[in-house]
Amino acid sequence: MNTVAQHLQGTSPLYKKRVRQNSIGLTLSMSAMGIGLFALIWILGVLLWKGFAAIDLNMFLESTPAPGTPGGGLANAIVGSFLLVGLCALISTPVGILAGIYLAEYGKVSKFAGLTRFVTDIMLSAPSIVIGLFVYAIAVATVGNFSGWAGTLALSLIAVPVVVRTTENMLNLVPTPLREAAAALGAPKWKVSLSVVLRAAKSGVITGILLAVARVSGETAPLLFTALNNQFFSMDMGAPIANLPVVIFQFAMSPYEDWVSLAWGGALLITFSVLALNILARVVFREKVQA
Amino acid sequence: MSEMEMTNLKNAIEVRNLNFYYGKFQGLKSVNLNIAENKVTAFIGPSGCGKSTLLRTFNRMYSLYPGQRAEGEINLYGQNVLGPKQDLNLLRAQVGMVFQKPTPFPMSIYDNIAFGVRLYENLNRAEMDERVEWALTKAAIWGEVKDKLGQSGLSLSGGQQQRLCIARTVAVKPKVILLDEPTSALDPISTAKVEELVHELKTDYTVAIVTHNMQQAARVSDFTAYMYLGELVEFGKTDEIFIKPKKKETEDYITGRFG
Amino acid sequence: MSPTDTLSSSGEVSPQVAQIIRKQRLQDFVFEHTTQFFAFFVLAALLGILISLAVAAWPTLKEFGPAFLWTVEWDVVDDKYGAAIAIFGTVVSSLIALLIAVPLSFGIALFLTETCPVWLRRPLGVAVELLAGVPSIIYGMFGLFIFAPLFAEYAQPFLAATLGQIPVIGVLFSGSMIGLGMLTAGLILAIMVLPFIASVMRDVFDIVPPILKESAYGLGCTTWEVVTKVVLPYSKTGVIGGIMLGLGRALGETMAVTFVIGNAHKLSASLFAPGNSIASTLANEFAEASSDLHISTLFALGFILFVITFLVLSAAKLLLMKMEKSAGTKT
Repeated sequence: MNTVAQHLQGTSPLYKKRVRQNSIGLTLSMSAMGIGLFALIWILGVLLWKGFAAIDLNMFLESTPAPGTPGGGLANAIVGSFLLVGLCALISTPVGILAGIYLAEYGKVSKFAGLTRFVTDIMLSAPSIVIGLFVYAIAVATVGNFSGWAGTLALSLIAVPVVVRTTENMLNLVPTPLREAAAALGAPKWKVSLSVVLRAAKSGVITGILLAVARVSGETAPLLFTALNNQFFSMDMGAPIANLPVVIFQFAMSPYEDWVSLAWGGALLITFSVLALNILARVVFREKVQA
Repeated sequence: MSEMEMTNLKNAIEVRNLNFYYGKFQGLKSVNLNIAENKVTAFIGPSGCGKSTLLRTFNRMYSLYPGQRAEGEINLYGQNVLGPKQDLNLLRAQVGMVFQKPTPFPMSIYDNIAFGVRLYENLNRAEMDERVEWALTKAAIWGEVKDKLGQSGLSLSGGQQQRLCIARTVAVKPKVILLDEPTSALDPISTAKVEELVHELKTDYTVAIVTHNMQQAARVSDFTAYMYLGELVEFGKTDEIFIKPKKKETEDYITGRFG
Repeated sequence: MSPTDTLSSSGEVSPQVAQIIRKQRLQDFVFEHTTQFFAFFVLAALLGILISLAVAAWPTLKEFGPAFLWTVEWDVVDDKYGAAIAIFGTVVSSLIALLIAVPLSFGIALFLTETCPVWLRRPLGVAVELLAGVPSIIYGMFGLFIFAPLFAEYAQPFLAATLGQIPVIGVLFSGSMIGLGMLTAGLILAIMVLPFIASVMRDVFDIVPPILKESAYGLGCTTWEVVTKVVLPYSKTGVIGGIMLGLGRALGETMAVTFVIGNAHKLSASLFAPGNSIASTLANEFAEASSDLHISTLFALGFILFVITFLVLSAAKLLLMKMEKSAGTKT
């Protein structure tokens, strides 16, 4: 039987058991962190090792090679990805910001706004391959050919919910007295929203856009059914256009060593850009919060 | 209840039978009073008595929030601002407001002042420079910022930011200036500067100030209104209210017996 | 000449100010409705997806009826299809992923909120979030080229020799060991989903009021007890919401799975055996699908996947909203 004295001295069997449980639990949790870190380092390490081996000047200058032919590069894919992601950013930024303004400044607690928020959050995590199917049905099958525009549309459908959510969250952080101060001067509501509130939330909104761009840069599935791929260099958005993710997919699953090597190089490029964007977004946001 | 000894004072605002509701809760009950032109009127009372609510009816700030409504009459120089046809933006250009915490816009000091002016007036660069300098001088902050007009309004200290907000309000030349506990977030030195400012502002503007600090009310105002639980308990010249209040409730509050 | 100069005389405004007011009213009207239109865009997209997928899938659904859902069949030559293999693969790989990722996420969240030295918390938190940012195709490549061979050479024989010998569950660890298959897919998915669930759990643990934890510590509880008996029950709804969010992601993941699941249209009891998920089927076959029925079937699979993820994500969202309401903060 455990006496109080034993318990206070820490010598009772019950206490010892609790301490043991604690140590085991904490050690396990630290190992979990270790496993996570190990996975991150392993994956990034492999990526760097294999990807670096493939990187040389040619990768940026030459287009994708035909099956079995040596040499070649990823120039067409790189340019294609820039076009697809860049146009996607141009479309989703205004759409997302304006929708976010509506939710934060006008809709607020209305049923319509609540429904839109709910749906936006669902779309955030929706399978991107399904979005690819959808865009195929409305923009490829109808027109009769794969195209860069369809790819941009698919990417935008993925990016817009991200921008909407971050914009709304950032706008909601702007203190109410700031809005009231602008209204107190007689400013019409649209001016309050754009010139004062949006401006105050500027860095947070930019962060949201950067994160959305980072997210779509790595998306493969939606492009499989929309922009497809192009062996040659092309900037024609009305036709299939080369892009890094789909090229990597095709090359990696192929039996040709050169192709697999190029796939690693491309993978490194994408990962590097995505991580750089993520870090940039963080830095931008932190600077403003400290100001 | 409007027992005021009136000399020939003109009224900027006349409040008649004002009732205010937050949803089902009644925040103001049958308020009647006059705000005299070019004088400072202070509103005092314990937390929740309705003084800020009352102030915010004068520029219909409450209209930003559905579920809040006012009934009765508030006549600004004869025009009822509670009327359905009242243009709110225009009203707010005539009745300015300074808030509890400084709210500089995320722009340069110059643009902070110019923002309100640009809404309704078309001034060229020289005229705008002049107006900005005039407003900052009126707010007794010109000397401190004249060399850094391009810097962000957020780079100023708390007290300076609040004076910037006052300058911003003054720049659009309103008829009435509402101050909602303007010094509660400031240190004693900045508070003193702002109180001095209030004293000077009344030569050109009508000022209504809400304060939880009775001594401040006694220092800066000409008339004082004591409110409790949404009702106007007593209103009169500041000297009389503080030295010889007519009602016992007023006396209890002022002598610190409660609140 | 300010707009207020005219007020004291007649109470009426000058014509130029009246014009400004009219312009303001128009601008406000246009702006509000423009932003509303764009907000509607997101809703329209969701509806569009549901409708267009259903329409495109209709021929298959009409042909095979509800039996489509449980038919184990995938014959491209004869145009006979069933969704069971793909659904099975999707569900099983996701469940394996969760089985592994959830305890690990809990451990990481516990570590980050309680035991980790403060100066290390942010860098490690950032590391976890970076893991979430890595594009899924990288996980796929890693799985195919690095993980699978190692798995086949070391882990699979080990599992077959140990767990594979136990009477009933042994079946799960039998068969040929090529490294690609359901278990590998589940493991890669686990690493993918881990950062999401860990982040949500950590955020949810952070919302627990410090006073609550201090009361527990004040009674002499160990850290483990505080987390399991106070923090976890308090944040239970949020934790479940986070897990379901991870599940939603795992169900829809394409690239990481396609590389390593083996792409075989077979249903097997062994986890070592290759299989297929809905997403991997779509990724592999859509480009070359020839017959109309084949294409329609692929759309049908996509429709089923979308409905499943929609239901899971909605449930997750509702749970998280409930948690926000009771805690009074946003997640």
